[in-house]
Amino acid sequence: MLELRNVTKTVGAAEHVRDVSLTLQHGSLNVLLGPTLSGKTSLMRLMAGLDVPTSGSVWFDGKDVTGMPVQKRNVAMVYQQFINYPAMTVYENIASPLRVAGTDQAKIDKEVRNAAALLKLTPYLDRTPLSLSGGQQQRTALARAIVKNASLVLLDEPLANLDYKLREELRAELPKIFAAAGTIFVYATTEPHEALLLGGNTATLSQGRITQFGPTIDVFRKPVDLVTAKTFADPPLNTIVLAKKGPDFLLEGGVKLPVPADLAGIADANYTIGFQPHHLSLERPNVAAVPVRAKVTITEITGSESFIHLDFADARWVMLTHGIRDFEPDAEVEVFIDPRHIMVFDEHGRAVAAPKLAA
Amino acid sequence: MARIDVNHIRHSYLPNPQKDADFALKEVHHTFEDGGAYALLGPSGCGKTTLLNIISGLLHPSHGQLLFNGKDVTRLSTQERNIAQVFQFPVIYDTMTVYDNLAFPLRNRGVPEADVDRKVRETLDMIDLAELAKKKARGLTADQKQKISLGRGLVRSDVNAILFDEPLTVIDPHMKWVLRSQLKQLHRRFGYTMVYVTHDQTEALTFADRVVVMYDGEIVQIGTPAELFERPRHTFVGYFIGSPGMNVMPVAIDGKTATIGSQRIELPGVPKAGAGAIELGIRPEYVRLGRDGMSVKISKVEDVGRHKVVRANLEGREIAAVIGEDETVPAEPKVRFDPAGINIYADSWRVEMGA
Amino acid sequence: MEKTWNNKAWFMVLPVLLLVAFSAVIPLMTVVNYSVQDTFGNNVFFWNGSDWYTEILGSDRFWLSMVRNLIFSAIILVIEIPLGIFIALNMPKKGWGVPVCLVLMALPLLIPWNVVGTIWQVFGRIDIGLLGYTLSSLGIDYNYVNDPTDAWVTVILMDVWHWTSLVVLLCYAGLVSIPDAYYQAAKIDGASRWAIFRYIQLPKMNRVLLIAVLLRFMDSFMIYTEPFVVTGGGPGNSTTFMSIDLVKIAIGQFDLGPAAAMSIIYFLIVLLLSWVFYTVMTSVDAEH
Repeated sequence: MLELRNVTKTVGAAEHVRDVSLTLQHGSLNVLLGPTLSGKTSLMRLMAGLDVPTSGSVWFDGKDVTGMPVQKRNVAMVYQQFINYPAMTVYENIASPLRVAGTDQAKIDKEVRNAAALLKLTPYLDRTPLSLSGGQQQRTALARAIVKNASLVLLDEPLANLDYKLREELRAELPKIFAAAGTIFVYATTEPHEALLLGGNTATLSQGRITQFGPTIDVFRKPVDLVTAKTFADPPLNTIVLAKKGPDFLLEGGVKLPVPADLAGIADANYTIGFQPHHLSLERPNVAAVPVRAKVTITEITGSESFIHLDFADARWVMLTHGIRDFEPDAEVEVFIDPRHIMVFDEHGRAVAAPKLAA
Repeated sequence: MARIDVNHIRHSYLPNPQKDADFALKEVHHTFEDGGAYALLGPSGCGKTTLLNIISGLLHPSHGQLLFNGKDVTRLSTQERNIAQVFQFPVIYDTMTVYDNLAFPLRNRGVPEADVDRKVRETLDMIDLAELAKKKARGLTADQKQKISLGRGLVRSDVNAILFDEPLTVIDPHMKWVLRSQLKQLHRRFGYTMVYVTHDQTEALTFADRVVVMYDGEIVQIGTPAELFERPRHTFVGYFIGSPGMNVMPVAIDGKTATIGSQRIELPGVPKAGAGAIELGIRPEYVRLGRDGMSVKISKVEDVGRHKVVRANLEGREIAAVIGEDETVPAEPKVRFDPAGINIYADSWRVEMGA
Repeated sequence: MEKTWNNKAWFMVLPVLLLVAFSAVIPLMTVVNYSVQDTFGNNVFFWNGSDWYTEILGSDRFWLSMVRNLIFSAIILVIEIPLGIFIALNMPKKGWGVPVCLVLMALPLLIPWNVVGTIWQVFGRIDIGLLGYTLSSLGIDYNYVNDPTDAWVTVILMDVWHWTSLVVLLCYAGLVSIPDAYYQAAKIDGASRWAIFRYIQLPKMNRVLLIAVLLRFMDSFMIYTEPFVVTGGGPGNSTTFMSIDLVKIAIGQFDLGPAAAMSIIYFLIVLLLSWVFYTVMTSVDAEH
């Protein structure tokens, strides 16, 4: 069990990590999700022992390891760049942590071949990393991390430099590999989509702070604040500030958006309403849905889906619909907001209540 | 802006290419229409960047001819071709202000300062950087730097084409949406000929009117996003576009019926079956999960937020199906293939179906 | 970036600290000691206050050698820095030419200083030296032993030959780190050769250039061995630089006090000028 207790890291005047408390269990996969410079890498360096926190402490299995250097911890790391020993074969690359540990030859051979089979590297064991494709190079780095049998494996955007389809393949395999290893995995990414595909737990980061930590799908569906909801949305979250009066939120043009039943008691004030792009639709999804008129700025079509960018009052929204729906820029369209899927945030950006899901 | 004709272009990085495998670009013959938005899509090593560099003049092809508006430019230098290019990593002149960065290509061409000023201001407005005009380019964020690279192309009124080499690689997901839609708006408003190289299907499909899918030095299909999605010409296109990619399974064909294991599937028509291995392709979006159809065993359900991906086993083969966010998997799951989404392949190439 | 706190690290650097103390700090203190005392031999010393400093700073001899030093440093910087950049720009960036050029460039740097002096001493002789003989047989009146200008030309040529390589290697390292995309973008923007140099290559080289200027300035300001071997400071005092003068006072005349005071002044000047160079160049850098 890895525990961070009120960890802060400042470098000069900049606060890279702000008061982070986090507990990670053995055998768990934990995603750190946030944009560039949100503190993902800084946090991983603290977990690994490459840096010492300015304040707070790091505990491993009930032992204070704050300040213990990385060499003394059992940590493996995989980076965005493909880092291997260029002069060694793939076999020797994978074997290297075992050689350092002085493992006997028979055991090394067994472990290396297991890891190679798991990561589909068996045909390439005698090649050198630079003669392999990017995907295979990164598999080699992953195999080396696995074989080390570390109690903590840190992966810092490991798939960012790979082709889209290769990413998809490795992403599908990684959870299986993680499940088999039983160690603590920490995986940093900027892509919400990747977090959802990996599953496990997700911690969303914003400006060095962890805004929420929990099972990935829960964080996605029930963000505790607006920052988390925005961090965990791709395409970007649609938002609008609305005044609540009685049973409704008031939209421009006299349209009323009913306040969800479970939030009926909240005070009349201004709220930020947020909803995912696929919860905005061209056809009325149910009787409760509220129609609004918006102006199209641009349409993007992927072949199976269309992303329609809209201007509504001061807000810029994206609507995601199935099929091909092409609109000319500046066209007026009627779109429906589904009140069952809205998230309501107060003036401090805290969730008033999570959206109620239809069964 | 120009129409670009790529006439039977072949390129090899080797001095004496002999066999086909020596060519990074096997043979490309295609016309990029004036004012079109094109994407070159494919995995790394497929030749898409080679083709882009041949168009921009950074590379000269081993064989074939390149025409801009009917004029042979094959041997012309990059400068003489009048193109603009945005690279994977932002290229900016650190020591200059944003304004001077945009003015640079004009001043190099001896444009009078009054015209430079007018064009630069127009361009700054187009790319939303007017407030930063006087700032040094060095301190900007990656997406702002990429806009400057783009602006240096837009500022010239005589550019024949704007080329993009994976321009969003270093941009955060949220900014990607913003930049992409701005790019698309610019294209619609000003009608530039744009060629965009990427390995990311979402970028390619959303940006382009027509997507050129490349594999192993060759073009496998050129089409609109819808064509690539619904009628992939090659199983590679089916696999590469879509996430997850198309389900492809070997079948036996008898008239209007395909057989997989003990299951029979009605086809929308009679395939004009060629020789060779026959396969049926169907995208996960066209696989209907319900209480009737062919029995499957569910191996995994991935909840990816806006929908769920169901991984199932049909007659010993892995298939994927996409179901809605709020849908659930029935107790005795069965699948049906929507005939609209069925394609038949012979030796990996799609065959037409007759009535 | 801060590293893991580790007390053992201090023990690791202790030997270096001790070595620096013995090799630099203690001798420097001895020199300071000498500079404020006088002696008539027999190891008897008298407190002399700032007298030696006043004497040195008031002497024409000191100022003349310092001016010579400044002129010399200025000339070799003006020649070596642009020449170094020029050569680096024209060196091949890939292929078999790279190692050949690098080795050729490194050669002069590998030769000991006194050997360089000896080479040039012979090279410039009008009876047997290739340079001297060629020049005089072409009818050019060249004689570094008699003519102060010729002596200066020889010493400067020698320094340029010896040290331009250093500037070349530093600049080359800066140049090869520029990604290809920059050159491609510049081509597309229609940039001239000069614009590419001014807006891409120079900005990317300015850090290494700072180092090159500093190193070359400090080295040339303290130059001793090569001119001493070639000209011995002559003819007359025309190539007597501060270091040569210092040695003359200290060893030749055995005036330890004035020599020590001069050393301290010399040391402070080098320190001051280096600081000025550094501050000016880094602030220019920060402005960008």
